Amino acid sequence: MIAALAFYAFAAVLIASAVMVVTSRNPVHSVLFLILAFFNAAGLFLIAGAEFLAMILVIVYVGAVAVLFLFVVMMLDIDFAQLREGFQRYAPFGAVIGGILLLELFMVVTVWRFAPEAAALRLNPNPEGVTNAEALGRILYTDYIYLFQGSGVILLVAMIGAIVLTHRDRVGTKRQDIGAQVSRTGSVSVRQVPMGVGLKEIGIERPPSPEAEKPKQVEHHGGHH
Amino acid sequence: MGGITEMAVSLAHFLTVSAILLVLGVFGIFLNRKNVIVILMSVELILLAVNLNLVAFSAALGDLTGQVFTMFILTVAAAEAAIGLAIVVIYFRNRGTIEVEDISTLKG
Repeated sequence: MIAALAFYAFAAVLIASAVMVVTSRNPVHSVLFLILAFFNAAGLFLIAGAEFLAMILVIVYVGAVAVLFLFVVMMLDIDFAQLREGFQRYAPFGAVIGGILLLELFMVVTVWRFAPEAAALRLNPNPEGVTNAEALGRILYTDYIYLFQGSGVILLVAMIGAIVLTHRDRVGTKRQDIGAQVSRTGSVSVRQVPMGVGLKEIGIERPPSPEAEKPKQVEHHGGHH
Repeated sequence: MGGITEMAVSLAHFLTVSAILLVLGVFGIFLNRKNVIVILMSVELILLAVNLNLVAFSAALGDLTGQVFTMFILTVAAAEAAIGLAIVVIYFRNRGTIEVEDISTLKG
């Protein structure tokens, strides 16, 4: 009874906030309603008995993805009023497509039914007396270890890709240029020095100062071309 | 439904909610044709509907495979959001706009 009431409450707020996500005038409001939708979806997951996924949804989606959206929406200086042109024009078309899709889905849901042997064909039956997180961990780290590692690789690639895409070189920053260091000439040399004369006679050897070296480098590069 | 686990809330309820959520996501893509950020949010809604379906079936059948799949979908959705938003950021930096209809450079 309580579960049913909670289900209706979560489902109503989820659908209402999803409507607000797609129709909201301000994208910042869209993101905030998206966060609300994720919270309510986590509630629905809890009712379905998937506690671990509910927590993951709150941590990953609300904590990372939605905040990323919020960050990008606020960081970019976009004329959102201009982006909303044609909103009325596209609405009927989208409503027709959405209506057809909804009709099809309901036609599927009403006539559909479990196969009689479905219960016997479970791949990973839910074990008794074990928490949801432990039951998931037992199969995730054994049967699905390759898929698990593969999803880790996907996240790594996504992270590197996002960094590479958005990284930009600013002019005027000082950083190490290994190519220039390796190709530098004149900084290291071997010389025969007289034995036993001490520093007083030969003096301290120092590399040529960068100012003195610069013209030489240019000349060196020019010689190559 | 012989042998199928009894749930507090029936499977049809979950399927209805996720069907409505999916349709709202598709509707959002049509409605916000110009704003790529809201389109990405609509894609997140669609993926959320898929996850809800998988979790509901997992609970109804007493089979954990659906929840494992939901985890992988969450992973891919997070990666997709990160990459998509990175592309939006560099596109905005280069062009000063993110109107989807202006993004036609790749046209053959």
